[in-house]
Amino acid sequence: MLHIVKKDVPKTREKIIVRVLAVLAALAVASIIVVFAGANPIELYIGIFQGCFGTIHRFAATIVKMVPLLVLSLGVMIAFKMRFWNIGAEGQFLMGAVGTTLVVRSFPNLPLPIMLLTMVLVSFVFGAVWLMIPAFFKARYGTNETLFTLMLNYIALTLVTALQYDFWKDPAANGMPKIANLPNNALLPNVSGFNLSILMAVIIVLAMYYFMNRSKIGFEISVLGESENTARYIGINVTKTIMIAALISGGLCGIVGMMQITGVSGALSTEITGGLGFTAIIVAWLSGLKVPFVVLNSFAFAVLLQGASYIQTAFQIPGSVADMIQAIILFFILGSEFALQYRFVSDKTKSEVA
Amino acid sequence: MEFIFFLAAAVKAGTCLLYATLGEIISEKVGHLNLGVEGMMQMGAVIGFIAGFTFGNPYVAVLCAAIAGAAGALIYGFLTISLKANQVVTGLTLSIFGVGFAAFFGKNFVGKKVPEAITTFFAPIKLPLLGDIPYIGQIFFNQSVYVYFSYILVIAIYIYLYKTKWGLNTRMIGENPVAADASGIPVDKYKYFNIALCGALCGLGGAFLSLVYISIYPVNVVSGRGWIAVALVIFAMWNPGKAMLGAYFFGALDIASFWLQQYTLPVSIYLFTALPYLATVFVLIFTSMRKSSNKKEPAWLGKNYFKEDR
Repeated sequence: MLHIVKKDVPKTREKIIVRVLAVLAALAVASIIVVFAGANPIELYIGIFQGCFGTIHRFAATIVKMVPLLVLSLGVMIAFKMRFWNIGAEGQFLMGAVGTTLVVRSFPNLPLPIMLLTMVLVSFVFGAVWLMIPAFFKARYGTNETLFTLMLNYIALTLVTALQYDFWKDPAANGMPKIANLPNNALLPNVSGFNLSILMAVIIVLAMYYFMNRSKIGFEISVLGESENTARYIGINVTKTIMIAALISGGLCGIVGMMQITGVSGALSTEITGGLGFTAIIVAWLSGLKVPFVVLNSFAFAVLLQGASYIQTAFQIPGSVADMIQAIILFFILGSEFALQYRFVSDKTKSEVA
Repeated sequence: MEFIFFLAAAVKAGTCLLYATLGEIISEKVGHLNLGVEGMMQMGAVIGFIAGFTFGNPYVAVLCAAIAGAAGALIYGFLTISLKANQVVTGLTLSIFGVGFAAFFGKNFVGKKVPEAITTFFAPIKLPLLGDIPYIGQIFFNQSVYVYFSYILVIAIYIYLYKTKWGLNTRMIGENPVAADASGIPVDKYKYFNIALCGALCGLGGAFLSLVYISIYPVNVVSGRGWIAVALVIFAMWNPGKAMLGAYFFGALDIASFWLQQYTLPVSIYLFTALPYLATVFVLIFTSMRKSSNKKEPAWLGKNYFKEDR
């Protein structure tokens, strides 16, 4: 009879081969849907590629799509490292955007640099608080953070809905339920499509790399994720570590809210997240919670997102097809992890080993 | 009198949530947190509508919806049970898939009406005797057969989980798969069965929306109700009976903002939609504070079981 046993840590080469095979298999399956949608799969896949790298503007669009996903994934990653399942990135993202809009509404006339700095700080605090609430209850009572943070997403969403349709509704929009666009002194400067958020993301990546691999608190977070008992034994203050990790995790997701409305959408609305907070969870998990892989995978997902929006216009393919292709690729990658972590042995070999 | 109509409408609005919640309770009882509820409901809703529209037969429509939901659940099941993939990530992916699936296959049906044969079949029927009870009769027993079937399901699932050997085994796997495995229970088989059942129920919940609740197929028929069902499982503390009460309460909140538009209120109507989630958060906090284990989530919820680890 066959048994499955855990493997040693797979080599990078093996990882790459397995993932590439998984993506190819996924694309083969997805082709069925593409044919259903009335397009040639090969042409469509080439189209995705052209939509991302075809011109400098399309490439800029890819990078602009990558930035929020990257920062969200880094934020989620820190919490995951601690085995704290923060699936509330959507909510923290929205709250960060609410904080940003609040700054502009309270102090509309600040000069650009001071405005941007204040917005970064406030959005960080708003996102951080939104995660520190469940973190507090997790640390104090062991409250299930997966479900708590999931609920907070929807509470944040209804808050934004109320702001958009009621409290902050723009009277100048002829009854349209929208919040007024940000003034020019609150928009991120940009050069031919590349905006300042890219620089911010680079700084955040470097800081996170240092934080996770070199700093004491980053080490403590990893230990806590491995085993709470070990952490207590070597004298780590568990509550404090959980709260600090939540502060940074939620804060980073909050900053994304600021980046998105000042750099991309121009105003707060219920639509700004586009589900990126959920995609970030998938990115962080597939990256094995390592900063360089988070960067790589965020880019890969950004290619998918940008490619999807390009083929919608170029091939008249509905966005739902792209959603399904994305999900199928994910299913295959999630399934392929099995090949990296386990292997089959027969009873005979097992007894020989033993 | 108007309030009685409101309550009857709340029962109707809560029924789609009840189906999905019962499903998710079963899945979580066996230790699998499936965040793909929204996706499975979407798949059930669209396939149910297409089957109903094409064949005009209510039984076929409902059956196809259940199969569609179960098919979605089996993707999740295969990945998380056999391939040990992360449950949260797989569930979220299933939701992305289901939403895309429904948008794609439902595209050509937007604006189409539910066939006559099906609307008549699912029209409210006043039950003899029970329907004559004042108030209660008007609220609960003047409903569609789809709603009556959910009453039976609540009882059936309660009996299944708490009064049968299979239910006991299911709950044991959710609490401690190591012990369950050691005592000879086929863990994976139970998991597959319960997860597929969860998917079928979510599919039925979705089809309730597309076949009974609305008369013209809209762009997005489920629109986030799957997430409310996930919340409801916690609110109901994994108990089918409480899920029923909770579903009608959440159903009432779902239609409250519409009913309240006729009055001038001191608070924004939009904030009402946050109430189900806020209520869930409070339940989550209080149950964890009390630490009584029979009202908490199953101990192995969200963790995969690897036989050779034990």
